[in-house]
Amino acid sequence: MHMPGRLDPPEVPRRDFLNWAGIAAATAAIAGSIIGMARLPKPSVLPEASHRFRAGHPAEFPPGTVKIIHDHNVRIVATDEGVAALSLVCTHLGCIVAESPDGFKCPCHGSQFSHDGKVVGGPAPRPLRWLEISHAPDGSLIVDKDREAPPNRFFKA
Amino acid sequence: MTNGLGAFLDNLWKLPQTFRESLIRHGAPTSDRARSQTVFGNFFLHIHATRIHRDTLRLRTTWGLGVSLVAQFLILTVTGILLMVYYKASTDLAYDSIKDLHYVVPTGRFIRNIHRWAAHLMVAMAFLHMARVFYTAAYKAPREFNWVVGMMLFVITLMFSFTGYLLPWDQLAYWAITIGANIAASPNELAHALGLPPAFYLGDIQKELLLGASTVGQEALTRFYLLHVMLLPIVFGAVIGVHIWRIRKDGGLAHPAGTPTPAGKGVGTMAPSALAPQDQPDKTYGLMAVVKGSSPHTGKTMDETVPAWPYLMRAELLIFMVNMLICVALGLVFDAPLRELANPAVPENPAKAPWYFLGLQEMVSYSALVGGIVVPTIVVIGLALIPYLDREREPSGVWFSGSRGIRVMLLSIVVGAALAVAAVAVPVNFGWLRNWFPNIPQIVIILINPGSLLTAAYGVWSVLVVVRARSTRMGAIALFTCFLVGFAILTYVGTNLRGPNWDFYWSKSQWPLH
Repeated sequence: MHMPGRLDPPEVPRRDFLNWAGIAAATAAIAGSIIGMARLPKPSVLPEASHRFRAGHPAEFPPGTVKIIHDHNVRIVATDEGVAALSLVCTHLGCIVAESPDGFKCPCHGSQFSHDGKVVGGPAPRPLRWLEISHAPDGSLIVDKDREAPPNRFFKA
Repeated sequence: MTNGLGAFLDNLWKLPQTFRESLIRHGAPTSDRARSQTVFGNFFLHIHATRIHRDTLRLRTTWGLGVSLVAQFLILTVTGILLMVYYKASTDLAYDSIKDLHYVVPTGRFIRNIHRWAAHLMVAMAFLHMARVFYTAAYKAPREFNWVVGMMLFVITLMFSFTGYLLPWDQLAYWAITIGANIAASPNELAHALGLPPAFYLGDIQKELLLGASTVGQEALTRFYLLHVMLLPIVFGAVIGVHIWRIRKDGGLAHPAGTPTPAGKGVGTMAPSALAPQDQPDKTYGLMAVVKGSSPHTGKTMDETVPAWPYLMRAELLIFMVNMLICVALGLVFDAPLRELANPAVPENPAKAPWYFLGLQEMVSYSALVGGIVVPTIVVIGLALIPYLDREREPSGVWFSGSRGIRVMLLSIVVGAALAVAAVAVPVNFGWLRNWFPNIPQIVIILINPGSLLTAAYGVWSVLVVVRARSTRMGAIALFTCFLVGFAILTYVGTNLRGPNWDFYWSKSQWPLH
């Protein structure tokens, strides 16, 4: 009697082969279309305003100025050394921190930050973000909310 | 011609009768057989068994909680569709459309109130239903998978609530979406703490899928609206169907075996009397390869069952009406809240979620990743797996599996409460790791915080009970009780003891004035 072995594998009946090929093709097609559909909800262009914004002319920020730009939740501090921008978005879960005598406190989950943004208590995983400042061609200050700057680096206007 | 016309007129004459016969293919439900056919042959009713065990109709078998949840879902569906008539899912118009519903639309305020109350009741009853099923050991084989299905429904119910309270686009909505989306992004915490490059920030992808942007705006509202009125209802409806269908396939509701019937009282009188041997059917019907066993029910527990029509239908209708009554009464008396218009510059202080998420908010105030993702995932998976880890055979339908179970439950309430209180009291009174070691690495805080320790302690306590009681069922009771107690205490703390900046206050009267 014929014994199938490694060198002489049993024949796959044609009907079984076509069966499996059909199921495999359908599976691949369905899986492929699901992957294709999953691509749709992930936007390739973010439908929002630029994360860079014009904070104002340097003359508006004489040394000693503290100004919160509420539209962008950014706090501009001006000293003799220059201008710096601190994001007021809590690094924990995105609420807006409020000033307190010791620095900043978050109303949502109680994170606490020092005046220069260091975490001093609560669940926040990292310090408040200092943001890069640059000059626009007309001389006004541009703050980029996507680019983090080292803490307390002041931009010379 | 005349013959044709005669037949036509004859058919026309008989039309009401023939149409009725085609619509309902059996006689009036006057005999048990016709009653069974009523249930069996009706698309909407056939999800029920045709006959049910009479003990399952007792109020204290189920407290009507499962049917109540279906009732709440139906109420939510109808009121939700009505609200959709006026609601506009746009960041500019949503808030105003809710105000219109409240002040201008005829019955709009009432319908919105009912929708809101039914949503709250649904969450509360989901907990009660879960507790009923758990403590009566109704999750045991063959019902293990239906417990898992129930956990899915529980999670979807919470997703419904979350996506729902975002829609008015008030302060609560805006900051809840912001927090929710950032919880989805919180795996970044781990990547950041481990110093991985931005390519590992998987949280950003999740957040972007939820919000359709990097900040909360119109795209986010559109997506949550889509989830709330389209995707979740479709999924929920299908899973509810599976959940109820499996009750029937798993042999009806769990109920205590051999419960004595109070003579001449209550449902006992509905049952047909036990058949004498000579009256039992000569023939039994084997439904080959469809139903297990050769003769389902016949001659076995026949005398213990009653036809689903009308007894079960009547009970369901009663529970449905009670739920309607509660929702209508609450909707008449208490208005659904609407906060101020969303303000992306100033969160409310404190910014609190609805009550069922305040336990989570308390956990999140220890660590976003652990409190918002890791612990909830462990809890849901842990609860879902209970039927597979506790496979002790025992009579189901007995509350707490007897007096030993009651002792374990009471002890677990004490232990679970003490641990939960400690988890809140220690950080409130003594601070936590960062206060003691200011330069501690973030990864330590992610791993070791009151939330993760509390979850681990509950796990250890349950294993201890398993070992000491030599019973997995007792361990399961310990775990589930701890879960309920921990949830209740953290919810209480989040609701009543947290004030501005999530600081601890014994009473709201101690809150600072500004």
